[in-house]
Amino acid sequence: MLPIEFYFDAAIKGLLTGSVYAMLAVGLSIIFGVMRVVNFAHGEMLVAGMFGAYLVFVTLGLDPILAIPIVAVVMFLFGVALQRGLIDRFITAPEHQQFLVLIGVALILTNGLDMIFGPDARNVQVPYAFASFEVGPFFLDNVRVYSAITALALIALLYLFFNHTLTGKAIRACADNNRGAQVVGLNVSRLYAITFGIGAACAGAAGCLLIMVIDVTPHLGADFTLLAFTIVIIGGLGSMTGALLGGLLIGLSEAMAGILIQPSLKSSFSFGLLILVLLLRPNGLLGKRSS
Amino acid sequence: MTTDDKTVKPGGGIGRRQFTGAAIAGAATLPVLHPLRLVRAQAPVRVGVLLPRSGFLSAIGAACWRGAELAPNILSDMGLAVEVIGADTESNPDTGRIQAERLIREGVDILVGCFDSGTTAAVAQVAEQNGMPFVINIAADPAITEQGYQYVFRNFPKAPTLVMRGLGSINNLFEVTGTTPQTTVFMHVNDTFGTAMSRGIQALAPQVGVPYEFVDSISYDPQARDLSVEVARARALEPDFLMVVTRLNDAILLVRECVRQRFDTMGIISPGSPGMYEKQFAETLGPYAEYATTSVPWFNPTSPITTELQSQFVAEFPDQTFELNPGFTFEALMICADAAQRAGSNNTDDLVAALRATEIAEHPMYGGPIQFDEEGQNPNIGTVVVQIQDGNPVVTAPVDIATNDPVFPVPSWSDRG
Repeated sequence: MLPIEFYFDAAIKGLLTGSVYAMLAVGLSIIFGVMRVVNFAHGEMLVAGMFGAYLVFVTLGLDPILAIPIVAVVMFLFGVALQRGLIDRFITAPEHQQFLVLIGVALILTNGLDMIFGPDARNVQVPYAFASFEVGPFFLDNVRVYSAITALALIALLYLFFNHTLTGKAIRACADNNRGAQVVGLNVSRLYAITFGIGAACAGAAGCLLIMVIDVTPHLGADFTLLAFTIVIIGGLGSMTGALLGGLLIGLSEAMAGILIQPSLKSSFSFGLLILVLLLRPNGLLGKRSS
Repeated sequence: MTTDDKTVKPGGGIGRRQFTGAAIAGAATLPVLHPLRLVRAQAPVRVGVLLPRSGFLSAIGAACWRGAELAPNILSDMGLAVEVIGADTESNPDTGRIQAERLIREGVDILVGCFDSGTTAAVAQVAEQNGMPFVINIAADPAITEQGYQYVFRNFPKAPTLVMRGLGSINNLFEVTGTTPQTTVFMHVNDTFGTAMSRGIQALAPQVGVPYEFVDSISYDPQARDLSVEVARARALEPDFLMVVTRLNDAILLVRECVRQRFDTMGIISPGSPGMYEKQFAETLGPYAEYATTSVPWFNPTSPITTELQSQFVAEFPDQTFELNPGFTFEALMICADAAQRAGSNNTDDLVAALRATEIAEHPMYGGPIQFDEEGQNPNIGTVVVQIQDGNPVVTAPVDIATNDPVFPVPSWSDRG
């Protein structure tokens, strides 16, 4: 029998990891919530962000957390350009065409990164990579604590942006009633570009946080796309707080599955949770019921 | 320079100056070293080399490919002609199967690969169905050569052999250092290889007579993003040492978590798995990689042919470390070229007959002569114990080829940073 502190320790670790997962899923949720486009290249954008943080670290020696503004801006511009140049033409196209376009973008990103960086795993060794806080019987590693705090702060900033700025409110108006937004004179195409840029920036920021936790290779993207989908479907597609809740739940459930069942079954536990939510609340825990 | 679908032919790749020195040395030593020296003009045997050069095993796949890149020139110097055609399995058995079928359609004479057991098993099926000789460079699942296949040859130990020798080596380490732990937690990947190793350990530990008790067995996904809970679970059980069967990325995650959770044990020891002897492991973890110990098939550091291969490797890949992955891949190609030379043609039946009759006394990897038994398995591969010391994997056992003394128990994490 394992000591009771061990279960608390695992739960805290799961919640910390889940916060970073939530940051990843928020971007996907924002894009879908506003544009009704499922970004199948989201994981690959995250991987691009991880490589971005790696490049900033090796060239400027900047901590990945401090590199977030640089990487997020670059990813924002990339997202805007992608939306303007490609996605915008498929906004009204059937969903399967959107999927194919974005899967194509994902393949190009993966192979492009493979050509530039090669298949070897890259990592960033921050000075506190091996340090941990000792809190009573618990050891909380600095990397995970700093990443979680940063992720939660960024999600809070996004919340403020969408609720207290004109652009944020305009984007929400587009999400709530696209035609109404056009009628009142909002430039919907421009707002879509900004939204896609924000989604890409979120993926880039999450990449900066994750590069400190795991090593990056160009082929990680598909797994993270799947993870982000799982989280937003559990939390509720299009809901930012749902993405946060979904991320925390996945982190927690994986951690608890790791100790209560068997670590190798962690992922199946997440998917089990996904199936349960789809059966009981098809729109997700915090998703709006479709009329 | 090569990529997928491109070929490496004798004469390309290595600079003339770099090669000349080694060639002179090679020419002087080869008459006594190698039975393959008698040169005869023959069309190069076309070998399709299947490796996981992308996906989660890509770093190890790239390491194996370096051995394949070196082979045509070095074997050419020995009078053996081989043409290498690369294919990427993407760390995925299904892709491996498709790539093997493509290579066969394109007319290769022999297949070599595939590093991981799952993909190797899939490719072995394809080879058998198509009557294509298949030489396994690295893969330990015993089932691959225990199904009566006629075209499959493996120059790597089976998992039970690895386990038996690994557990024996660990016992020997404890005897030599005069420290006998009482408990261990066994942590392992849950892929085909890891599961085969786990089954082997459960079955063979009592036979070997291990002096310690297994207090838990923790399996995890080799593509795990986070091992904090797994390590915390092991830590809660307070084992004397950790026994692990890893791949590369998870080995790094595992040690990193041990450091973060200040989980000190007498040591981290693998009875035979990749990860802890690889360059990236030592580079990423720095002082925390020190003293990680693995019992593994390895190159023979005292063999002249290994010395030559190593010198070519260092010249071509100065930033890389020569270890078992390029070594066994090179050796697989050497087996193919040797068979083609003795067969006198690239006809499949002749090649298979020649492979069955393989007898190579001098080769880079540690062990007896390369031969294949009725299962197509080379039973003569030796294992050594390597430990990371000063950032490099060094041989600490067996005594006849050891270059360093083993360190056990190892210093605590706090004494290294």
